[in-house]
Amino acid sequence: MDLLEYQGKQLFARHGLKVSSGRAVTSVDDAVVAADEVGYPIVVKAQVLIGGRGKAGGVKLASNESEAREHAGNILGMDIKGHIVRTLWIEHASDIASEYYASVLLDRSAKQPLVMFSTEGGVDIEEVAEQTPEKLIRHHVDALQGLSHEEAAQIARDGGADADVVDGVADALVALYEVWLQEDATLTEINPLIVTPEREVKALDSKVSLDGNALYRHPENQGLSDKENEDPLERRAKEEGVQFVKLDGDIGILGNGAGLVMSTLDVVSQAGGSPANFLDAGGGSNAETIKQAVDLILANNKVKAVLVNIFAGITRCDLVAEGLIAAFGEIKPSVPFVVRLDGTNDVEGRRLLTEAGLPGVHAATTMNEAAEMVVALAAGRNGVGAIA
Amino acid sequence: MSVLVDEGTRLCVAGITGREGTFHTLNNRNYGTNVVGGVTPGKGGQDVEGIPVFDSWADAVSEVQPNTAMIFVPPRFAADAILEAAAAGVELIIAITEGIPAHDELRAYNILRRDHPGTRLVGPNCPGILSPGKANVGIIPASFFEQGNVGVVSRSGTLTYQIGNEIARAGFGCSTIVGIGGDPVPGSSFVDILDLFEADEQTELVVLSGEIGGSAEEEAAEHIAEHISKPVVAYIAGFTAPAGKQMGHAGAIVSGSAGTAAAKAQAFEAKGVRVGRTPTEAAAIAVEVLGGASVGA
Repeated sequence: MDLLEYQGKQLFARHGLKVSSGRAVTSVDDAVVAADEVGYPIVVKAQVLIGGRGKAGGVKLASNESEAREHAGNILGMDIKGHIVRTLWIEHASDIASEYYASVLLDRSAKQPLVMFSTEGGVDIEEVAEQTPEKLIRHHVDALQGLSHEEAAQIARDGGADADVVDGVADALVALYEVWLQEDATLTEINPLIVTPEREVKALDSKVSLDGNALYRHPENQGLSDKENEDPLERRAKEEGVQFVKLDGDIGILGNGAGLVMSTLDVVSQAGGSPANFLDAGGGSNAETIKQAVDLILANNKVKAVLVNIFAGITRCDLVAEGLIAAFGEIKPSVPFVVRLDGTNDVEGRRLLTEAGLPGVHAATTMNEAAEMVVALAAGRNGVGAIA
Repeated sequence: MSVLVDEGTRLCVAGITGREGTFHTLNNRNYGTNVVGGVTPGKGGQDVEGIPVFDSWADAVSEVQPNTAMIFVPPRFAADAILEAAAAGVELIIAITEGIPAHDELRAYNILRRDHPGTRLVGPNCPGILSPGKANVGIIPASFFEQGNVGVVSRSGTLTYQIGNEIARAGFGCSTIVGIGGDPVPGSSFVDILDLFEADEQTELVVLSGEIGGSAEEEAAEHIAEHISKPVVAYIAGFTAPAGKQMGHAGAIVSGSAGTAAAKAQAFEAKGVRVGRTPTEAAAIAVEVLGGASVGA
């Protein structure tokens, strides 16, 4: 779960990392009030979960009320690569002597936390990593020991931080590590981490990803994230515990297990079709989950045909069949379905479907056959396969 | 032979008294797996269809000497269950539980590495391990697989079934099917399981099924080139996954070029490992290499 800049900064502040004072607002008038509170000059910053907002005109400096009003008005509602700006962060402008970079993430390869630090902040860090890798310090932390202040100070020195701010950078790195650890983050990143002319070390931006599996430990973080910019179908899916990603095509996909569903998308694409979504009903999905899943897929009116591809282990095919039958009873789909059921209780599942005689439902025996059938049906070609 | 689970397996199940835990434990026993016990704190002394339940892993180990643990408890208790089984001396821990916080996985992995280096963890968020005809530990639908000479290792559960089933349809069987899981910190990697298959007499070929995200496939490709003499056929799911979208598994995140299906396929092919573009094609290549019916292109 990715957080907006200001939400990340609020977590930073909670763990003693220095940030500029600011306010999150959603209207021009509130932006002006916030600017008076934090004091001019201020920075008006679009809150969106996408990089490159500065280049898109989503970050502007204002030194008086009329500028604040103008910039807030321009930025609110702006479309930055498909993300509509609904929230602004109004922050007192900082004087900058140096721009550094700092991050903590889970290194899946080393199976340890990785702290990265560079004095080349404020730019695209991937470029630094590629062109001048010696300027990006990578330091693995013992997950069972944590990051000590001495260790962090060494990282700062290794990275070439100015001698008089080594201590301040070390404090920031330790705090960033604590945010990562205590908030169950998978990534905490600051770019830039600035040094002010007064030699204060502050986070000028934030990028934080929280682990959704650990949110139960952090009730206070459950309301975060960019809810307004979520796709409404994806949001509904999340509420119902179904993994759903909207795509651009016209073939609805319902499967169980992320790997098999991804593979289904690939096979449908290879058969010449274009998937409308990724939907993983999950392990152990029951009739109710399947019904909700069908409802979600059909809520997208671009869908011309649906492929249900189940290979059941923990899932039971008879329950999938019951869910489909229940869904057809309530929703009465107007598009054809291709259903492929294999695995636990598959014979029973297929028997239930055959007996129900659902209109427009075709049975397929293999994944490839199912993909070809659904692509033909979505293209309006009839007469493929037998009605289940 | 086979790897990890077989006739010598003595299985004990954390979470045996839960609905899913009971269902799959009994499934495993019906398959022929020697299930010696279960652990549910507070329910010691009870039994599940004749399988004794213990309060702790220490009790289970002293009473029924399990050598394999299956973890079927809810996510928030899973890391502690893994560590308790390891501390009691169980050598192989297979964690089925899905949705364990990444920091819990990281902590459990590092404690195992530091304090119990002899313990092997497979999973979490995995379908388990099946050695056809010998033992089934987990949720793999065993009736779809025959005994044979193909080793299968996969990050995805249902995809494992799909590929194993394609191989069975072509008339071949499997030595062992190992689901390593799709989480950020898996206890065992492709590399670990490839080494086991390399040393296993029964296994003549390995099918490796990966997916987008992380670098486990790239590391496997390097390892195969240097250490694996048996043929390996790979499959990668997620060629059409849009960049920057998370698709279900915590592991399956694409960002930028590294970690994409195309990059992974390239890493394998650069090391001479053939990659199937669909599960069917991967199985067909495996069959061809094994000397079965040849396939075109």
